[in-house]
Amino acid sequence: MATTELLTNKQKPQYEVKKSMSMAAIKVIAYIVLVLLSILCLVWFYLLIINATRSHAEINTKFAFLPGKSLISNWKKMNSSSLNFMRGLINSAIIALSSSILTVYFSMMTAFAIHAYRFPGRKFFYVFILAIMMIPTQVTSLGFYNMIVNTFNMKNNYLPLILPSIAAPVTFFYIIQYMRSNLPMSLVEAARIDGAMEVGILNRIVLPLMRPALAVQLIFAFVGSWNNYYMPALLINEPKKRTLPILIYSLRSAAEKDKDLGVQYLSMTIAVLPVIVVYLIFARYIVGGVALGGVKE
Amino acid sequence: MKKVTKFLSLVLVLAMVVSCLAACGSKNESKNDSKEPAAVKTEFGEQGKVLNIYCWNEEFKQRLEELYPGYSKVDDATGKIGDVTVKWNITPNENNAYQQALDNALKQQGNANADDKVDLFLIEADYALKYVEPNVSLALAEVGIDVAKDFKNQYTYTQDIVKDSKGNIKGTSWQGCPAALIYRTDIAEEVLGTSDVDKVQEYVKDWASFEATAAKMKEKGYTMVAGFDDTYRVFSNNAKSAWVKDGKVQIDDRIWEWVDQAKKFTDNGYNVKDSLWGDNGWKSGFDMSGKVFCYFGPAWFIDFCMNCSEPGSVGEAGKWHITVGPEGYFWGGTWICAAAGTDNEVLIKDIMMKMTADTDTLVKLAQTFSDFVNDQPAMEKLAADNTVGNKYLGGQNIYGILAEGAKKIHIDYASAYDQGCNEKFQAAMKEYFLGNCTKEEALENFKKEIKTLYPELNTDDLKVK
Amino acid sequence: MSETTNTNTIKHTRLGRNKWGYIFLVPFFVTFLVFSLWPLIQTIYFSFFTKYTTQMFEEVEEFCGLKNYKEIFSADTMRLFFNTFVLWIIGFVPQILVSLLLASWFANNRLRIRASGFFKTVIYLPNLIMAIAFGMIFYLMFARSGPLFHLFENLGFITGDYDFWAHVGSTRILISSINFLMWFGNTTILLMAGIMGINDSLFEAAEVDGASQFQVFRKITLPILKPILVYVMITSLIGGIQMFDVPQIITKGMGNPAGRDIFKTSQPAIKTVIMQLSASISKSNNYGSAGALSVVLLIVTGILSFFVYLSMVHRDDNDK
Repeated sequence: MATTELLTNKQKPQYEVKKSMSMAAIKVIAYIVLVLLSILCLVWFYLLIINATRSHAEINTKFAFLPGKSLISNWKKMNSSSLNFMRGLINSAIIALSSSILTVYFSMMTAFAIHAYRFPGRKFFYVFILAIMMIPTQVTSLGFYNMIVNTFNMKNNYLPLILPSIAAPVTFFYIIQYMRSNLPMSLVEAARIDGAMEVGILNRIVLPLMRPALAVQLIFAFVGSWNNYYMPALLINEPKKRTLPILIYSLRSAAEKDKDLGVQYLSMTIAVLPVIVVYLIFARYIVGGVALGGVKE
Repeated sequence: MKKVTKFLSLVLVLAMVVSCLAACGSKNESKNDSKEPAAVKTEFGEQGKVLNIYCWNEEFKQRLEELYPGYSKVDDATGKIGDVTVKWNITPNENNAYQQALDNALKQQGNANADDKVDLFLIEADYALKYVEPNVSLALAEVGIDVAKDFKNQYTYTQDIVKDSKGNIKGTSWQGCPAALIYRTDIAEEVLGTSDVDKVQEYVKDWASFEATAAKMKEKGYTMVAGFDDTYRVFSNNAKSAWVKDGKVQIDDRIWEWVDQAKKFTDNGYNVKDSLWGDNGWKSGFDMSGKVFCYFGPAWFIDFCMNCSEPGSVGEAGKWHITVGPEGYFWGGTWICAAAGTDNEVLIKDIMMKMTADTDTLVKLAQTFSDFVNDQPAMEKLAADNTVGNKYLGGQNIYGILAEGAKKIHIDYASAYDQGCNEKFQAAMKEYFLGNCTKEEALENFKKEIKTLYPELNTDDLKVK
Repeated sequence: MSETTNTNTIKHTRLGRNKWGYIFLVPFFVTFLVFSLWPLIQTIYFSFFTKYTTQMFEEVEEFCGLKNYKEIFSADTMRLFFNTFVLWIIGFVPQILVSLLLASWFANNRLRIRASGFFKTVIYLPNLIMAIAFGMIFYLMFARSGPLFHLFENLGFITGDYDFWAHVGSTRILISSINFLMWFGNTTILLMAGIMGINDSLFEAAEVDGASQFQVFRKITLPILKPILVYVMITSLIGGIQMFDVPQIITKGMGNPAGRDIFKTSQPAIKTVIMQLSASISKSNNYGSAGALSVVLLIVTGILSFFVYLSMVHRDDNDK
């Protein structure tokens, strides 16, 4: 669809007027497509929030574009439910924050090791990391589950969900790409001449230079961990330690006695909204960071 | 530049500290505890200091908090009975999580500290037999209860469910869950010309009449039932064989009878083409605007599941009534078991006696929580009481019909695999009802699901009937 | 650049500063060994055993050779891979097309899309929504008791007894729509970074030579984007084969509705590879068949991404 639209707008450069007209046509199409896609992206959250303010019976019987009046009663019902979403929010935040920071920092460290030093086996390590990038985490999940549950007896512990994020081949790959075009070795050399330690160089020279890439990867890693249902669902079953994805799955198969649609929509709003808010604050930084990463050559 | 580094490292440190606290909190607690003596003197003599209760919801907790003498609530997850700390280990039962948590805890029962051991755990009928084995739970006799004497008022089926192969009773329940057919009086009036319980019963007294009535409902634009599996338990409770015998899965003729009925009902439009508890119309009959004539369920179903307090619901209008229906059956219930290895036998005995065999407490339980309690004289008294009426049922006294049903329930054919088999069989057959596959294919899919769930079972002999 | 490093440090030790290369690799590789490699070895080991815990707490464990593989290497498992692939491809094709289009618009200096920051922010937004919540939202919205169901019914698109979740086609399309919505913004941002990296002088030169928009896109943008497209494809493929959350919550882990597709018998058509794996691990501790399935999954992933991997190494060589 992308190419055909552009194809119909073939033009010869010497006819400046015609060219700008076809440009205007593309522009109109672009805006229409963008607005439609934006609506498609946002309508779910709008409906989610609208329905969080409606009662079970209202949701059950008809569609509405405007909010209802049951927000407070839904809130009360939600808080008296055994699914503690507020607690889940904190649990998810702890895990996602710790693991995303570990991911970003250690991926940078690994990338720096491969990029800035020459040592025997360097090439091998690089290719090796690229090779294991292909392994889905689920492939090792049986052994992982067995090790955590049967060997270490660490069910319902967050560390098995956080520590493995130190080794993140995909993040490493992205950062080393960025490093190649954005880390002048002359800066590193200059710091060495000034007597800086290698760890210091990593933290004080490389990290700030990598900031745009790190910010983007931090968000990606955070979202990845925040969204993660598979591993936590296997390892966590203590109610107080459940993360948001586990709680949301519980809604689907919840004990039917207190299955209230208004409460379900409100619970999901609670789970989704904070991230949206945080994202809106950081969004410019992410998008800007991506642009910055590309322009420098 | 520096700011970011500092910020990142600060956040990192904070996050690690918080997660460590969260992760290790419980461990530290138990370490501190283990230095103190594990036993305390109570009015019951020397008893374990901590009573660990494993369950999947608040039901038993609420009842204990409300009615057990001397129980004081500390917080949501702890309580005190004298010097004994009651610790609630609640794992909601989604996705089999409760049984997993319980199994894990029971597996470590041998090595665990006295204070971490499971003392009391709750189970449901569908998997009760899994937990009656000698190394898992104590027979009631072992905690000092004489079932024949102490529990003589209980409905016998509630004891059959937790009977092991040697005839020992391994658990007890405060509840009976006899179920009945719940119908809408206004629809009965319109289609059958009567809403009187005895007369309506004539129209649903056996499955042939039930089907004939379903056709009448269809003519007037109503559906007889809501879901495919609304009648499932009525058939499965009256089966003549268990799901599993000697490691082989078998399907009773009564179950196949259900399959054929549900398929016919689906094709003829006698149901709303949704599963029990489904979000695709099963609940639509709870509202006056709905078109469903009847549901099947016990007392808790009416009180907690039919949205009866919602405005516009049939229950709020008082238009439900119950009648015995084609066959008697039960649905639900919670049993209390003493874990093998507990150090709180005496306390457990007292809890069991007070909560499941003390008529005064049980009457209060019935009044406070609308439970159909496990005490025959108490229920018969309530059945005879004309002032006791359920407002959702237009003031009908349901205890008579339910108590009559409860006495007729016999559980002769149960297996430890019932829950998984019921669940997987219903899910597989739903695709047959919907026309997505044939009956044979549905059975094949069921076999595969069972292989994943219970690798030890043999499904080779299963054939469509 | 590396020569200067070497001459400066060669006096102290043979490796000099370069030993820090090893030191900085330690956290990654220790983590990998403990949390990935050792579990992987165990997984492979288990795949040769019949190993499970029965309902009655008995532990069964015996060596069984290739039995698990034979059982798993059947039409049933092929079906799981097929299901997963179908769900992935229905979402991925529109995802990559729309993302290319959007990225080329955003990066086009002469088009000058206004409020592009807003649009980029909005299209990335769905990516933040946990898949399981997105699945739940869709499930509730399109169930017969759902607001969107009511809307479509009122608009006359469907009748009151239609059921989105009872048909293979509608269920697949809805699940893939979620994947599309979640990932097209992410892909757009990644592609945009690539397009913006293209030197403006290239475009200017093309313009002077009289190249059309489409020619510029095909001859300049696409070739330069190829590596990043490949990257997008790998990550999407890896993500696709791990598809789990959305079908899991929508079908409550069952993978129904059943459908025939290209297979002889009707089976759950929404059940993905990982749904089966997860059920084997958690529901029954069925380690043997879970292990074999993991290994099959590893091999399939490996085959699928091998040529991509080669192209990446090749590209890496060109960089030097």
